[in-house]
Amino acid sequence: MLNKLTLKQAIDKLDNKKITLEDIWADVLSAIKNQNDKLNVYLAINKNFKSQPNKPLKGLPIAVKDNFCTKGTITTASSLLLKDFVPQFESTVTQKLKDAGGEIVGKTNMDAWAHGSSTETSQYGKTLNPRNTQHLPGGSSGGSAAAVAADMCIASLGSETAGSIRQPAAWCGVVGLKPTYGRTSRYGIVAMASSTDSPGPITKTVEDAAILLNHIAGHDPLNATSSSEKTPNFTESLDKPIENLKIGIIYHNLEGLENVWKLFAPQLKIFTKLGASVKYAQAMDPKHAISVYTVVQRSEVSSNLARFDDVRYQHGRDTFGNEAKKRIMLGTHTLSKVFNTHPYSLAQKVRTLLIKDYEKLFKKYDVLISLTSPGFAKKVGATEGSAMFGELEDMLMEVSSLSGMPGISIPCYRDEKTNLYLGMNIMAPMWREDLVIQVADAFEKNTDWNSWRKND
Amino acid sequence: MKQKIDKQLVRHIAELAQIPITAKEEESLANDFAATLKVVDQLQKVDAKGVKLTYQVTGLKNITREDEVNKKNMFTQKQALINASHTYDGFFVVKRVIDAK
Amino acid sequence: MLLKKILIGTRGEKMTNSNKNYQLICGLEVHAELKTKSKMFCGCKNDPFHAPKPNIYTCPVCLGMPGALPVPNKKAIEWTIKLGLALNCKINLFSKFDRKHYFYPDLPKGYQISQYDIPFCYDGYLDTSEGRIGIARIHLEEDTGKLLHKTINGKKVSLIDFNRGGVPLVEVVTEPDIKTATQAAEYGKKLRNIIRYLDIGNCDMQKGGMRLEANLSLSETGDLPDYKVEVKNINSFKFMEQAIAYEIDRQTKILNQGKTPAQETRGWDANKQRSFSQRAKETAEDYRYFPDPDIPPLQFTKEQVEKWREKLPELPAQILDRWYQNFKIEPKFGEILISNHCLTTLLNAIFSKAKRKKINPNSIAKALVNKKLTLQLGDKPKNIIANYQQLHKIDNIDSDVLKQTINKVLTTNPDAVTKFKTGKTQVIGFLLGQIAQKLPQKLDMKQVRLELLKALEN
Repeated sequence: MLNKLTLKQAIDKLDNKKITLEDIWADVLSAIKNQNDKLNVYLAINKNFKSQPNKPLKGLPIAVKDNFCTKGTITTASSLLLKDFVPQFESTVTQKLKDAGGEIVGKTNMDAWAHGSSTETSQYGKTLNPRNTQHLPGGSSGGSAAAVAADMCIASLGSETAGSIRQPAAWCGVVGLKPTYGRTSRYGIVAMASSTDSPGPITKTVEDAAILLNHIAGHDPLNATSSSEKTPNFTESLDKPIENLKIGIIYHNLEGLENVWKLFAPQLKIFTKLGASVKYAQAMDPKHAISVYTVVQRSEVSSNLARFDDVRYQHGRDTFGNEAKKRIMLGTHTLSKVFNTHPYSLAQKVRTLLIKDYEKLFKKYDVLISLTSPGFAKKVGATEGSAMFGELEDMLMEVSSLSGMPGISIPCYRDEKTNLYLGMNIMAPMWREDLVIQVADAFEKNTDWNSWRKND
Repeated sequence: MKQKIDKQLVRHIAELAQIPITAKEEESLANDFAATLKVVDQLQKVDAKGVKLTYQVTGLKNITREDEVNKKNMFTQKQALINASHTYDGFFVVKRVIDAK
Repeated sequence: MLLKKILIGTRGEKMTNSNKNYQLICGLEVHAELKTKSKMFCGCKNDPFHAPKPNIYTCPVCLGMPGALPVPNKKAIEWTIKLGLALNCKINLFSKFDRKHYFYPDLPKGYQISQYDIPFCYDGYLDTSEGRIGIARIHLEEDTGKLLHKTINGKKVSLIDFNRGGVPLVEVVTEPDIKTATQAAEYGKKLRNIIRYLDIGNCDMQKGGMRLEANLSLSETGDLPDYKVEVKNINSFKFMEQAIAYEIDRQTKILNQGKTPAQETRGWDANKQRSFSQRAKETAEDYRYFPDPDIPPLQFTKEQVEKWREKLPELPAQILDRWYQNFKIEPKFGEILISNHCLTTLLNAIFSKAKRKKINPNSIAKALVNKKLTLQLGDKPKNIIANYQQLHKIDNIDSDVLKQTINKVLTTNPDAVTKFKTGKTQVIGFLLGQIAQKLPQKLDMKQVRLELLKALEN
């Protein structure tokens, strides 16, 4: 059962020579073999690995979302258009992962082109939630979150545009960290909305997320929007007291959220117990974030997907699925001159207001906390007929995405009957991943919601 | 920004976006568009007069590269063409796009 | 916008059916590739014309592969601004790159990275002998791939080579100030020369390193008419003159029939000497511009721009001025001599040396223009001056040798002698030429002429 090890445990045990890398891989591959047919987590599996004892990640099996270009390995972004696309170059983040000794065990399923929050729009079939297979894993990084939840890898990589790391992490009861925009390179990741796309780790524990982020973060000369901000050692934020930290709780009085809020609110008490100050704060109505995000994302999607045709790829624009067609066309429309006021420009103005609102809040609070998603994982088939499924699912995270601010989702409640989880979304100002890690780690270690910590 | 979404507009957008759609899709897309644009209309209600636009959030400026050839990232001809549908003598091939004269 | 009331036809354009007088309203869009070492947004080699094979100067970025990201070439930006300064433009201290969307197989991303509302340079001018032409804007963008239209195995196809895709391309857009076809050509030549003097582009028009588009219409009143015809595919200044003249003619005919020429894009067929309709522009393009989220904006300081201005090399207009001031070179010779920018340094040296040696530099200039003297890169000034002196040196010639030669010519050309005797004295020139051919020396032709007349009269 070595596949159930956290990244930190696996590294330590390998260092102490208590186990071998071969044994870990054998268990992970057998977990994949036993579950993949049912869950549909991986689109491609790699069984070859090299032991790299001198490298920090040792050759451990890491799952990677299928929108990271991997040299020589088909990369589809779960689309039919890229069914046969073999990249001749490597994404910066997977290159960094490999340089640190991580081995890609497989490419995970996702919403096609990362358009969605369910993994139901994949053109290779939906992924099921390992915690309860009647339910969806969320998305778009649903495969990566499910791979972690089902112990079909030691850790994984996903990417978030607005919620695509944190929401599936919440639904699958795992940890998802969206770094500050520009902290991790976008180079070689099939672009969705260029102004918010952020690759990041999806892991079993907060500690694992910190370790993995250490290895994939950093300036990339190939990505002009990647920051030369120095990468701190994020593991230094672990096991740090949170007393005297000021925590603001937002989105607590939204209509329709009353039932989940009742389950969520009691979980916040631990922070007070640990010496932090916890206060309710008022943020701008998230419906504005939904509007802004919808316009920005659709516009950028229509532009980013304009490159795909059957000249350089073997399948044409007729193979776009329904969701991609809708988004491309809507974005084409919002950028079109038929509008007197370019909705894209107007959205960018309201975006400024949303950012200012958060900046104001961050003058008072060190971190802001909300629910990750408005509820538990939805049932299979839930996206049918819901044009705005993803936006509504992700509304509580959209401001932090539109502003570029970092956030983490950690398990904070488990429903006994369904075995489904709620996620807690902890957000901090730009470049302050250290704060979200510190607060999330404190929560995780002082509560029982993390299923791997329980096994400790 | 309010706009009537009819099938004709959907057809026009589809053409502009080069998305082939069926007559049936025209109908359902028109409905979906209307639903989505309602959300977009919310923007009109926000007082954003005189507010600066945020296109990018990093605050970065003047990110450029020196004028140097980076051989490491360059493809061989084979690599450049490997994913193409049709090639001929080192070129990508596409149906004749212009019938000049 | 300045519109000058000048009637067409005053400078040689043919007007047919000229029931009414129209004036040409014409603006030019000139694209020129910059000769940076690497491409605009990636590190691929920028040398499309010398590439041994297609699609070898490519990478994920210029092929538009998923996830590939652009990083702008600093030098290309500086060069664009220098071009702007050379054309008396104002510089936008804040600028950005935008995405311009359209679908065409030579455009791998489905959009071109260009500049929309904030070009690097705006509001400049270039003077021509027929007046000042306003420069509306200069912006920087990426070139597209190259298409070759072929028939392969019976199928009509287009072949795409992306060696050129992503090469930095400046676009210089004029105000509609151009009044004649010759002025358009003069502007184009001057612009090309400035780019070459700045040493930022080769402007090889045959290969497409510089491309011309004319926007033109005719107006009765001088106001902008409600139609505009765009003529593309012009790859020489001569063709541009021809294309504009042709369009004036074509549009005049349509207007005289009381119709309005169609708003469209036309190509120029240099073989058939006529323009042809390429694409109707019923609905104006919808490029869906927006700022490229992949490229942070650019911010320059006034000091930076001034530094670039100081570093500008001496430009054609300044050189002409200096040559006139220092060497009294007549502008009509100077204009021709500066058209080859490679030779300017050498010419400077020659004129200076000539002046020191008390030889009139303008005479040397004249001799060069009239091709009496040839000049090549690498020539030594002192040799050129020696050649010039040789031109005017007269060898002493033995009068016996001269006489013998004259007699030989007269005996071998009895017809000419007869002609002369019947009063057709113009035959003298022919005889002088024959004599000169037989003698290698530099002759004093006055002396030869006298001797010849003497011989003929005997």
